Order: sequence, then structure tokens, then C-alpha cells
Amino acid sequence: MARAIVSVPPAAKRGDVIEIRTLIAHPMETGFRADAEGRRVPRDLIRRFTCRYNGEVVFAAELFPAAAANPSLVFHTIAVESGTLAFTWEGDNGFAQTETAAIRVT
Amino acid sequence: MSARRAALAATAFAVAGACASFASGQADTRRSGAEFMSPATQAIERDDTQNPAMLWVADGEALWIRKAGRAGRACVDCHGDARISMRGVAARYPAFDAVAGRPVDLGQRVDLCAQRHQQAESLPPESGPRLALESYVALQSRGMPIAPPADPRLDAWRDRGDALYRQRIGLLDLACEQCHDALSGRRLGGSVIPQAHPTGYPIYRLEWQTMGSLQRRLRSCMSGVRAEVPPYGAPELVELELHLMSRAAGMAVDAPGVRP
Repeated sequence: MARAIVSVPPAAKRGDVIEIRTLIAHPMETGFRADAEGRRVPRDLIRRFTCRYNGEVVFAAELFPAAAANPSLVFHTIAVESGTLAFTWEGDNGFAQTETAAIRVT
Repeated sequence: MSARRAALAATAFAVAGACASFASGQADTRRSGAEFMSPATQAIERDDTQNPAMLWVADGEALWIRKAGRAGRACVDCHGDARISMRGVAARYPAFDAVAGRPVDLGQRVDLCAQRHQQAESLPPESGPRLALESYVALQSRGMPIAPPADPRLDAWRDRGDALYRQRIGLLDLACEQCHDALSGRRLGGSVIPQAHPTGYPIYRLEWQTMGSLQRRLRSCMSGVRAEVPPYGAPELVELELHLMSRAAGMAVDAPGVRP
């Protein structure tokens, strides 16, 4: 079961810079390691993270083998209007997970 | 969040007070492993939106209410709300199991419960579900003082754990106490040697990049001194756990912890 923890301030004033924290459970297997029998462990990475604010991309990141397991991404955006923030992680082996959070802007 | 931090601080203060009186006026010099960490790692542990152990806690919360095994029962069906029924439980384990006739730690208790009462498959040591449930239960004791039970059936086991702690083992011929009592705060290679108080288990260890139990930590230490490593669930490991918990009696639980 894939798990993610997303932290968004539930309410903000228009124009405020808000901090968003995300954390997702993922092994981030590099593809360079060998298992106990010496066989190469296949690569299994999150390749891309995207944050959409009411459908518009406000933050995106590419991830590479140097990232640790269970990657945490913290970033900022400007509160412009009430609505939904959608967070999508996509990666190897068809990995795709989306979480959403509501924000109220006054 | 800030209200809970304040409550935690108040609990920690109360615990510190209890320890001071426990040591008959002498200052308590015991320190959690968290205090030996870098400020950056401490910040990860303190923030539940950053602490990766909370991913396991979230899993444990989901497993708590999921029916499993041939009995078709969930943890919640017997134990009710974990936030109430599991409060303080992690602070008093390992405890004596009358059916098995030996002490068991929290992870073993979770497994025994799954087998006996859910009639489910055994949850192997260090498996995701076992660590998830252990983390979720441990979280309910956060901030509470470690309180080993005064059960006379545990005494012989605890004494053996105390002896193991002082016994030199392995090719390096080192006892736990030589590093963790005599040299704590100094460095082994690049790492600070903590005082070996198991306040934060299970832990998310950055080196492991995953969650691990106290038994995993003990086995890593034994392998580090080139000793023969007992298998998971071995009596020696539970004996050591009993000794470590009684050594840390009164210290605040900071589980689920993050360690470097």
C-alpha cells in the first residue's frame, strides 16, 4: 500500500506565501545495488513529482537515483484562490499516486 | 500542534522531576539518543509531517481497524480505540507472556496477538505490518515515562540481560557498557555513541532508509563487534531489551524516533 503524508495550511490570505510539505513511502531503488545472491535489484524510482493548484502546475520536480527512500519534498507557492492542490508522484513500473488537499483563501 | 508540544514539554518536565527524586537528589545524567543527534535530524523527528516513521504509523492506524485472519477480527474489535487502550503500553514492554512462559517485546506481542486472536499468519520480524502496528502502538505512549512492570517473573530474565550488557563479546571483545556507559558522547568512527536508552523504538533509521525494531539495532551492534548474532526473537535479545528498559525507567518515550 502506497502511503503519502501531505501538509498544506487549511486557510491562507490571498497573496500569502504558503509552505507545502510532502512525504511518500517509496523504496527509491537505484538499480545499481545487488541483493544477497549477487543479482542486480531492478531500478524502481519515482521519476517525477507535480503539484497542481486548481489544475495549474505550480511546482514540479524530477527525481534521480541519488534521492533517499521515502522522499520528502518541501516547497512554497502563493495562495491565490480557494480550491484544491493535487500532488502526483509518477515513476517506474507504472507507479502513479495522487493526493489532494483543500485550501481556503480569504 | 503547538498545544500538543506544550503538553509534551509539560510531561517531559514532570518526568524529569520524577527522575530527579528517583535518583535521590542527584541530577539525572541520562539522555535520549535524540539529544545526541544533529539539529537537522532532531527537526525531522519532531515534525510529524517530516518524520518518515509517520508513514508506518499511518499504515498501523489502517491495519488496526482492518479485519484479518480466520477469526475475521480487527485489533479494534477487542482493544477499542488505540489512542485510549494503547496509551502507555509501549512504555511497559517487554512483559511476561503466561502462555509462552517467557517475556515478549512489543513486536512479538503484536505477532502473538495476530496468531492467537485473529488466527492470522505470523507477522515476521521487521515486516511492514508488524513494524506499522508497533509504531502505531508506540506513538500512543509518546511523552510518557518508561515504566517497566514490577513482575517477579521478569527478574531472572532482566538479570541475565544485565549480565549480557556487561559481558565482553565478539572478535573485538567489547561489552555494551564499555561504549555506551564509559564512552557515550564520544565518537566511534564518525558517529556519536549514545547512552543506549531505547526511548524511541521502533525507529526510522536514516542509514537503513526504513523502519527497524530494537532487536534489529541490537543485532547490528553485535555484528559490529564481530559477535555471533542471535536470531530475531532469541531470548538473549529480549533479556537485553528488559535490561535496557529498566535502565531507562522514568525517561520519556519519544517514539517513533528518527536516528542517523
